[in-house]
Amino acid sequence: MPIQFVDSHIRDKYLKRDRLPHIWCPGCGIGSILNAFLLGMEKANIDPDKVLVVSGIGCTGRVAGYLNMDTFHTTHGRAIPFAIGLKIARPDMHVVVFSGDGDLVTIGGNHFIHAARRNNDILVILVNNFNYGMTGGQVGATTPHNAITSTTPYGNIEDDFNIPFLAAAAGAVYVARWTSLHVRRLAWSVAEAFNRKGFRLIEVLSQCPTTFGRRNKMPDGLDMLKWFRDNTVVKHNADLHETRIELDRKIVIGKFVDIEDKPTFEEQAFNLIKKVGGERGGR
Amino acid sequence: MSLAPGTYFLSGNEAVAEAALLAGCRFFAGYPITPSSELAERMARRLPQVGGVFIQMEDEIGSIMAIIGASWGGLKAMTATSGPGFSLMQESIGFAAITETPIVICNVQRAGPSTGMPTYVGQGDIMQAKWGSHGSYEIIALSPSSVQECFDMTIKAFNLAEKYRVPVIILMDERLSHLYEKVCVPSEKELIIINRKKPKSKENFLPFKPDDDLIPPMPPVGEGYHFHVTGLTHDEKGYPRMDPEVQERLVKRLNDKIRLHADEIIDIDTLMIDDAEIAIVAFGSEVRPATRAVKLARKNNIKAGLIDLKTIWPFPDNFFRDIANEVNTFVVTEINYGQVVREVKRAVGDKANVLLLPKMGGSLHTPEEILDFMKKEAI
Amino acid sequence: MVNDTSQVTKIIQIKRRGRVYLVKDRCKGCGFCIEFCPMGVLKQSDDFNAQGYHYPILVEEPPNKVCIACGFCSVICPEFAIYSEPIEEDEK
Repeated sequence: MPIQFVDSHIRDKYLKRDRLPHIWCPGCGIGSILNAFLLGMEKANIDPDKVLVVSGIGCTGRVAGYLNMDTFHTTHGRAIPFAIGLKIARPDMHVVVFSGDGDLVTIGGNHFIHAARRNNDILVILVNNFNYGMTGGQVGATTPHNAITSTTPYGNIEDDFNIPFLAAAAGAVYVARWTSLHVRRLAWSVAEAFNRKGFRLIEVLSQCPTTFGRRNKMPDGLDMLKWFRDNTVVKHNADLHETRIELDRKIVIGKFVDIEDKPTFEEQAFNLIKKVGGERGGR
Repeated sequence: MSLAPGTYFLSGNEAVAEAALLAGCRFFAGYPITPSSELAERMARRLPQVGGVFIQMEDEIGSIMAIIGASWGGLKAMTATSGPGFSLMQESIGFAAITETPIVICNVQRAGPSTGMPTYVGQGDIMQAKWGSHGSYEIIALSPSSVQECFDMTIKAFNLAEKYRVPVIILMDERLSHLYEKVCVPSEKELIIINRKKPKSKENFLPFKPDDDLIPPMPPVGEGYHFHVTGLTHDEKGYPRMDPEVQERLVKRLNDKIRLHADEIIDIDTLMIDDAEIAIVAFGSEVRPATRAVKLARKNNIKAGLIDLKTIWPFPDNFFRDIANEVNTFVVTEINYGQVVREVKRAVGDKANVLLLPKMGGSLHTPEEILDFMKKEAI
Repeated sequence: MVNDTSQVTKIIQIKRRGRVYLVKDRCKGCGFCIEFCPMGVLKQSDDFNAQGYHYPILVEEPPNKVCIACGFCSVICPEFAIYSEPIEEDEK
């Protein structure tokens, strides 16, 4: 049976078809990650009408514009506080933040750690492509030491954030890391995370062949995916000191934190209302 | 419970908080900053009592983005700050403007620039309120001059924000925020509360297609509208469009939405203006000494009058253009080195003299200072 | 037939067959589906789509090298172009 040409994909119902093709480069991993996210959402039987997606600025931030859901494309670094206000106003909705590493932990770093500290009930999909891709490939807080970027032409003299460690230390109750190659595991994590509450973080490493890969000897999307295939090791509950990323080391992926039953910020805020004798939406 | 109708003795900050609750505000996100902190503190105590949520965010940027998010979640939301925090909020104010999000920001001005004099009065954020963010947009800014006005104008601020889907800034100043005065809280019957327009149906709904009043109905989340909100220039569908024609339409509408309704938005008080030859233009706490100065001037046979601005933005161009036919000299008293005076000059043109009587910050004018100026400069 | 054990083994291995579908003009030729298909049944076509990319085609060699509808291509495709569906039992 040869391949059959059709007009739509099985997950098209979650997309705004009139906005396709999307802007991501051939070989970019963001599309795969979005695909896996939607698969995970489906597996968990989540009604897409009850999911609000908030993104920031950058290539990953463009995800919001392609989803056939209620979506918000906010300012650089500020998706998380926007999502916090949204969730408090509509605690019955699933609020998902879908954004990139530059947006969420470089410029947005402060909001990231405080949301984790408070256990705000949001699910954060953080796509880490090791640079600021949209603007041409500048260095960011997740660029590994020695990597070449457009603003570290001689090699990055800084170290990168160890995001799972950072998130866990700040108080995140669910922390996992996958790659754009490990799409099944990613979908499984997404499904699992939808059934948890609190500040949940899934970091997904992604290839950015156009700006990062090209400057670091992996010019094709396939080159970086093969790098992910050959240089990652799944280690659930790993010691978070091991999850730092360096170009010449194996990358540890897996699920690292899964704490259930920690009260969320929202639960406590609503309990407070009851405690002082108020009524949600009261006069 | 929000305040029951009756008479209360409140500070400016407290009056704003209580009025917000009566207007239906059920979310406050803020960061401590003198001289607005008492407003946040009042909200922290009172919001849970009325079923709302208070959150102290990690900074002012988090605060304003949280209220924008909460507004999209359907809540009336507000924050309070002062100069340094207001500066941090500017990018997000632009975001609220282009996404047409109803929010209320109370900026209790203090002497600046920078850290300035945190516990002292200033009125130096006038231009920033209008021009602080990048790009061309309009906001509404109100300036109360009594604690009763702090109360009344806060209700008005929420109504304007909801009606025009725009950020509304309450430009208070430190002196007023800490002043205690009598406030009359009206009965429910007398309170006018306006809520945002909702779409009539999901069929062919375009989230940024305006009605004839240039304001689009705001869709609720979670009901299958599947709308997209972005800070990028967007078309009626809400889709980003890098198209000069789309930019032209959008930016014009965002501005015209306010400009063409200026007459409905603007409110000004005057005193003894009918036969005035010289008019003091004042706003906020300066209205007190200016009022006294006008009365003293009349006793000195100077035909003085008072213009209490109340609405700073949109600036009452038409009012000044008309009144410049009767008044020879305008004296603008403000606690900055000349901000409102520029607007008065612009509106008045060649028709009259416009003079600035400034204070740099930290204190109000005395009525005598204003009277002396009137005697010296204007006659 | 029961005595020919090699034939029996092959039939037991392949429990599920799949069909592969492609929204041809969405493909941007990244090659992920081709590279990572566990059965190796996708190849780059010589033809190209409206955007100028060589899209994948299915090259099966039954009974072993066939699509088993694992769904990996469906989820790794960044363009939402390719997907597989299992062939129902009665269709076989």
